[in-house]
Amino acid sequence: MSSPLALDVADLSKKYGDRMALSHANFEVPMGSICGFVGPNGSGKTTTIRMLLGLITPTTGSGHVLGESITQPEKYLPQVGAMIEGPAFYPALTGAQNLAVLAKLGGFDTDAIQGLLDLVDLGDRGNSKYKTYSLGMKQRLGIAAALLPKPKLLVLDEPTNGLDPAGIQEIRNLLRKLADNGTTVFVSSHLLSEIEMISDHLVMLRLGKVIFSGKTSELLAKQQPLIVAKPEHRNDLDKLVMIAIQAGHSAKIIDESVHVTGAADYSAKFNKSAFDAGIILQTLTPVRASLEDTFFEMTGE
Amino acid sequence: MTKLRRPSLSISTIVAVAFVTGLVTSLLFLLVDSPEGNGERGVRIGRDVLSLASGVSLGFSNAAGLLGIVALCIFAAQTAQEYTYGTLRNLLVRQPSRMKILLGKLASMKLFAIAMVTLSALLAVSLSYLFAGVKDISTQAWGTSDARAELLRTFINVLIATIGYGIFGMILGLLFRSPISAISIGVIWNLIIEGLLSAFVTNIDRYFPGQLLSIVALGGNERISYQYALFTSFTFLLVGLTIVSFLFKKRDVAN
Repeated sequence: MSSPLALDVADLSKKYGDRMALSHANFEVPMGSICGFVGPNGSGKTTTIRMLLGLITPTTGSGHVLGESITQPEKYLPQVGAMIEGPAFYPALTGAQNLAVLAKLGGFDTDAIQGLLDLVDLGDRGNSKYKTYSLGMKQRLGIAAALLPKPKLLVLDEPTNGLDPAGIQEIRNLLRKLADNGTTVFVSSHLLSEIEMISDHLVMLRLGKVIFSGKTSELLAKQQPLIVAKPEHRNDLDKLVMIAIQAGHSAKIIDESVHVTGAADYSAKFNKSAFDAGIILQTLTPVRASLEDTFFEMTGE
Repeated sequence: MTKLRRPSLSISTIVAVAFVTGLVTSLLFLLVDSPEGNGERGVRIGRDVLSLASGVSLGFSNAAGLLGIVALCIFAAQTAQEYTYGTLRNLLVRQPSRMKILLGKLASMKLFAIAMVTLSALLAVSLSYLFAGVKDISTQAWGTSDARAELLRTFINVLIATIGYGIFGMILGLLFRSPISAISIGVIWNLIIEGLLSAFVTNIDRYFPGQLLSIVALGGNERISYQYALFTSFTFLLVGLTIVSFLFKKRDVAN
């Protein structure tokens, strides 16, 4: 029996004039997962998120959020937290006041505000005006606002923008913790290394079309493993390529190294073949396909 | 209301209200003997009129037009800024019913208008007594029950007019989605277009919402009745509000 879905869209499209911002998108996000939503700039990520949150009307297609149709956002938004296209708050109000406005509007407990500010490390700046916040602090406030409804589904658009490495790690840990407690997290980000670390599910867009939807591990498993070898002498690069090809593997020279498609267990044989040919290798590294490599390969960016 | 209560907006509103009320009230009394007149468009309001029971509220009612412009600017800005700050998307995620958000804004605007108008009334009456003393105008009739009734009537009329101007500002804010555009167009339309045309074209003010709201504040005048001004101005506003409500409900929120 398949797990219940937090999100599902079927043939979802959005057209602005002659431009298809999103074209016949189909994907599902299981409940309780962390789903990365990736794609180049202009691929339709924000458009998709806006349609899921009822901010813009689809041209065609349908979608469901927490089992409710996206044509009736009032039925599911009380259980959804979101930060879309960066934080947006009233500059002249304090961080706490901004959260209070949203809490009162949504009928949530305003007593929880200080706890949320502490959670995102803004506990001692809650009474400062939003306009005095740094970019990272604004981002944190946006995340705090998204957590106001104790959401079943958290939708975050570039949550780590402007954060330092420590902040990025904190957000990563927070998202993991939320997912462990049953919250579904739908996060778009350009930091593919971060997405790879936390996402068990992935949706990838390119030019308004979904080019992959499924488990992250499935996507990465499809990619060929590589062995990267750097010879001591640059002149030996071509010889190394020939050794790999003769063994039935494909190989190419990239930045004074040879990238050979092949599993890690070929490394030893390759090293021996190179040695027998009088080539000394400076480094020999088996490389697992990364999401970033896969992303560039699939999107052509 | 949290946004409207913040000190910077409160202080600037107090200053603006004090300025327009003070300006109009003081000129009304200080220019009472001026041959150029002391009322709108050179009308002379003499000592005999100022010393009547209604004299205590004349400064207040005459300031209503400019007070309305202040309300128009504030509410145009407060509405349009939701687009420029991007906060509208946060509001809509928390409260998907766009009509509830709009009604909430209308309600908070009304409360703010009451505060503005109350401040203006207190200031206008205080200044009226002060300048009546300076210009030796009798205030004997100002303490009577008729004067109090007139003041209450004027307060209600000025409040209605101010709320009307505020709605006008909200309409512009929703339509243009930019504080600068909304305020500029509102001020240019009311002060320049309506004002100039009304000065030169007979009876055209019967069809201008801003002019009609000023007449509501005055309780009517010799050409245009209070009922006509109230009905026509609020018909304009209702039509405008209906159109922008429809647009607000249906438009994509893409910023």
